[in-house]
Amino acid sequence: MTKQSDFITSNKSNWCPGCSNFSIRAALIRAFSELGLKPHKIAMVFDIGCAGNSCVLYNTYGFHGLHGRTVSVAVGAKLANNELTAIGIAGDGGAYGEGLNHLVEAARSDSDITLIVSNNMLYSLTTGQASPTSKKGTKTKSTPDGVNKVGLNPLLIALAAGASFVSRGYADEIEHLSEIFKKAINHKGFSLIDVLQPCITLDKKNTREWYRERIYQLDDKWPVKDKDKAMLKVQEWGDHIPIGIFFERK
Amino acid sequence: MKQRKVFTWKMGGEAGQGQQVAGLVLGRTCLSSNLFSFVYSEYPSRLRGGLVTNQVSISNEPVEAISKKIDFLFALSQPALDHCQKDLNDNALVFYDSDKVEEISKNPKKIKFIPLPLRDLAKKNKINAFMMNSLILGITAVLFNFDVKLLKGGIKGLLNGNNKSEDLVEGNNRAIDVGYEYACQELKLKPFLKNKLVSKSPKRIILTGNEAIAKAATFAKCGFYSAYPMTPASSILHILAKQAKENKMIVNHSEDEIAAINMAIGASWAGKRSMTGTSGGGFALMSEGLNLAAMSETPLVIVDSQRPGPATGMATWTEQGDLQYLAKVGYGDFPRIILAPADSEESFYFTVLAFNLADIYQMPVFILLDKYISESYNVVADFDLKKVKIDRGKLLTEKQLSKIKDYKRYQFIKDGVSPRSLPGQKNGIFLANGNEHDQYGFSIDGFRSDVRNKQMEKRHAKLDNILKDLPKPEIFGPNDVSLTLIGWGSTKGPVLEAMKTLNKDSNNINYIHIPAFPLDKNSLLKLLEKTKKTIVIENNYKGQLADLMQESLGMKFKERLNKYNGQQFFPEEVIELVKKEL
Repeated sequence: MTKQSDFITSNKSNWCPGCSNFSIRAALIRAFSELGLKPHKIAMVFDIGCAGNSCVLYNTYGFHGLHGRTVSVAVGAKLANNELTAIGIAGDGGAYGEGLNHLVEAARSDSDITLIVSNNMLYSLTTGQASPTSKKGTKTKSTPDGVNKVGLNPLLIALAAGASFVSRGYADEIEHLSEIFKKAINHKGFSLIDVLQPCITLDKKNTREWYRERIYQLDDKWPVKDKDKAMLKVQEWGDHIPIGIFFERK
Repeated sequence: MKQRKVFTWKMGGEAGQGQQVAGLVLGRTCLSSNLFSFVYSEYPSRLRGGLVTNQVSISNEPVEAISKKIDFLFALSQPALDHCQKDLNDNALVFYDSDKVEEISKNPKKIKFIPLPLRDLAKKNKINAFMMNSLILGITAVLFNFDVKLLKGGIKGLLNGNNKSEDLVEGNNRAIDVGYEYACQELKLKPFLKNKLVSKSPKRIILTGNEAIAKAATFAKCGFYSAYPMTPASSILHILAKQAKENKMIVNHSEDEIAAINMAIGASWAGKRSMTGTSGGGFALMSEGLNLAAMSETPLVIVDSQRPGPATGMATWTEQGDLQYLAKVGYGDFPRIILAPADSEESFYFTVLAFNLADIYQMPVFILLDKYISESYNVVADFDLKKVKIDRGKLLTEKQLSKIKDYKRYQFIKDGVSPRSLPGQKNGIFLANGNEHDQYGFSIDGFRSDVRNKQMEKRHAKLDNILKDLPKPEIFGPNDVSLTLIGWGSTKGPVLEAMKTLNKDSNNINYIHIPAFPLDKNSLLKLLEKTKKTIVIENNYKGQLADLMQESLGMKFKERLNKYNGQQFFPEEVIELVKKEL
């Protein structure tokens, strides 16, 4: 067993105080520790944005690459050295906008990497423009009249592309999230964890309270092998938002 | 026909008629018959129809380039004849498919037109229509005094390599025999070139530039190749993919060029020697990745096989239009190396060197060639593997890492190259970073002038040592001449071939060849000291080498010869130019 402190550096983060990325990191190092991984056997690839800025916080091998190309670098590293645990850390902009084709390809190839996407439905670090997952009508700096296209459902895309592990977590449910991370890392093949998170600084609508009222966990009886059911379930949104592992193919 | 040193054979017809196979078998047969050859194909971007030609220049002495003037033409369609007619030598023999070619223009030269009743010959001898290329090889055997067994061996080798059936081999053998008999008995042809087997000749091989790159990558223990198909680089992907298992190389046809380069960077970071390959348009998509490799100091080899641009340009033709682009592409300043092979032999040795330099200097290294080199078959001495070594540079072992107390991947160091650890190694943890970073690789937060300056200076410090490891500019031909041509990459072959004729007729010129960038200023200045008049010869519109030299040397290179129609230079064109200038 490795200690959680083995996986952190002494660097300070540049996140806003209270940012839900802190919770995501906490859930991840808890998973690392409980899985007994060794820091030097982990290869983390970081995107550009708030999520990717955690690159300085992890005491593992890391690559802070280009916006949208996290999946490609991670897949290359894993192919080159199969003994590494390859983990991609990205936001909704990098994973679902700039680099969506790489996600689709990794899902199709069932590349053995774990992709963790901090999805706050906004481009936060660039001061709050619309992201691919922003809902239609969302008013942002880049869309003053409201987003004029439908929000992307990344889980549905991943399922359609053949991903073998498709899940959603909520940043502040650390224990639940950490369990998903553990299963995703142990899963042989492409794992996507879409982590819902409120941007506490810029998003006045999708707040912690907003999520808390809607989030619910899939229960133990969820038929995780049933892809058809998963494809329907991942589309549930509104008053009730399910989190958990929707689909896993072993 | 007057005995000339180089004979040029050409076959033209529609796509799908087997010109390329015939040319390759002819080239290989020349090799087995102790003759030299140079095989080049021109084709449109389509699978059937159109006009495809294959051209082979053959001699009993080394051939440096494909010649323009044709001695033996096999025209399987009217467009083929029409297209090639202007390039016929005065005494050429023109064989044409008498069912397809209707018009033969009268000519003042002594060209002999010989109808071939291919349809009848095929029917009578039960040969399939798509084996006419073998029948033509049978006729060709008489022209060059080949043993037909060698041709048959060549065809068999090619078909077996592609897992084709025995019936196909037999059919082609029959076609070769029919062609040979027809040439001897009906056409009464006699050999134009004697070839005798010399027992003590050094072992030679025939291969394309792309084949040489693939071979070299394998030899250099490249462990990862990712690419998106793009002519004329695609065959590197095909060869490496086919051999991936036996070579234990990971070969990935990625979703796009952006992924190709980023995957290669990831694989290199994780420890494998990595390469990607494309043409200019594909590299345009990779250029951000190039910046990442440079900033993160991740070794990477990138092949750019040029074709005419801009945009999609001319997909299946050749140009030297990417030199300035590769020399300068990037936002922000960073060093890179460009190696520009001039033929298959250099394609091999430069590729091995590229992997070494990428590791030694921890930076991106380009192999810059063009369609002409990528796809031409030329005869080279078999590669001397003793001449080349693998050097992985400052790569740390776990044992070395265990002795380092406070490992800094991007340590400030005089030669700019800080020792590298690999993910998976104990005590070597670091962050590879595309953001400006401190010595550990951690992103600098806010303004840190000292760190930024020192990292920029560290990355550029590598330039001080690079030149000693690069192939040097070289001068070919006699000293003390009135005209010096200067070129790079694929212009070398046509110029050297032209010089054989020119210098024999005492039209003396010499040639300065530049094989690598950054330019070796001092070596080049030394070579230039002795020159009188110079002309920079390049396969591009502006004169990209000339401009780079002007910028680097502070001298003017006003005299330029540029060709940008999609074809490489032919020796005949160089001869004509020089005669005009002298």
